[in-house]
Amino acid sequence: MDKNLLGQIVFYFFAALTIGSAAVVVFARSLVRSAFALLFTFFGVAALYAYLGADFLAATQMVIYVGGILVLILFGVMLTHKLYDLNIKTGSVQLIPSTIAVVAVFAFLAFFMLRTEWFRGDSVLSGPTTASIGNLLMQDFILPFEAASVLLLLALIGAAMIVRRRSE
Amino acid sequence: MIGLSHYLIVSAALFSFGILCVLTRKNAINVLMGIELILNAANLNLVAFSKYSSGKIDGQIFAIFIIVVAAAEAAVALAIILSMYRILRSVNLDRADTLKG
Repeated sequence: MDKNLLGQIVFYFFAALTIGSAAVVVFARSLVRSAFALLFTFFGVAALYAYLGADFLAATQMVIYVGGILVLILFGVMLTHKLYDLNIKTGSVQLIPSTIAVVAVFAFLAFFMLRTEWFRGDSVLSGPTTASIGNLLMQDFILPFEAASVLLLLALIGAAMIVRRRSE
Repeated sequence: MIGLSHYLIVSAALFSFGILCVLTRKNAINVLMGIELILNAANLNLVAFSKYSSGKIDGQIFAIFIIVVAAAEAAVALAIILSMYRILRSVNLDRADTLKG
């Protein structure tokens, strides 16, 4: 089979996986099912990163989103509902006006994304990116890197502050 | 051939589903999932432009910082949701109306 065609099939598969599971996240009745659909969305986005040649970001997406944020969200689901109750239902409000507005937003975005002639640089990124990302983070982007570490520390302390039990 | 616009369309669809999730769901945790979808859409755009438009790696660096901020945001948002559950015994956003919003 032609290599180009195979690549297209892989792309369309992961794009469909991403968008389809995002739809399940929005429309599922059960909160747990929503959370597990979000797993497939994150996985699909990671695959699209890999397809774009961003190998480091694909691995980061898997580790942080799938391993971190999704587990955190599932903890949130389990801590705010009765445990062992896997049929946690959740409703929707104002579905029809929101859907109309969102379809309009999507049509607007898609129209201008397809219509605009984007600037094309002459060089297209290729090859492994981890080493150059590491070099950039330690040289050009050292200040944002340190700011991000302070932000993470603040978020850690802030989250612990918010959820602690106040002893009277 | 797969080009920039394919990724932009996927990202726009992901963004639209995220907005729909934030607008329509009643459950606070579900709204948080919608925000994660929106952040992923933004990241996908940045990485796609990094490959097809500038040919530099800066877009990927920006995406890493967005992932960092998303992690911090998820932790703080879940702390707020747990705190709300402790006070209201519910994570239904319609019940968080103490400020008469």
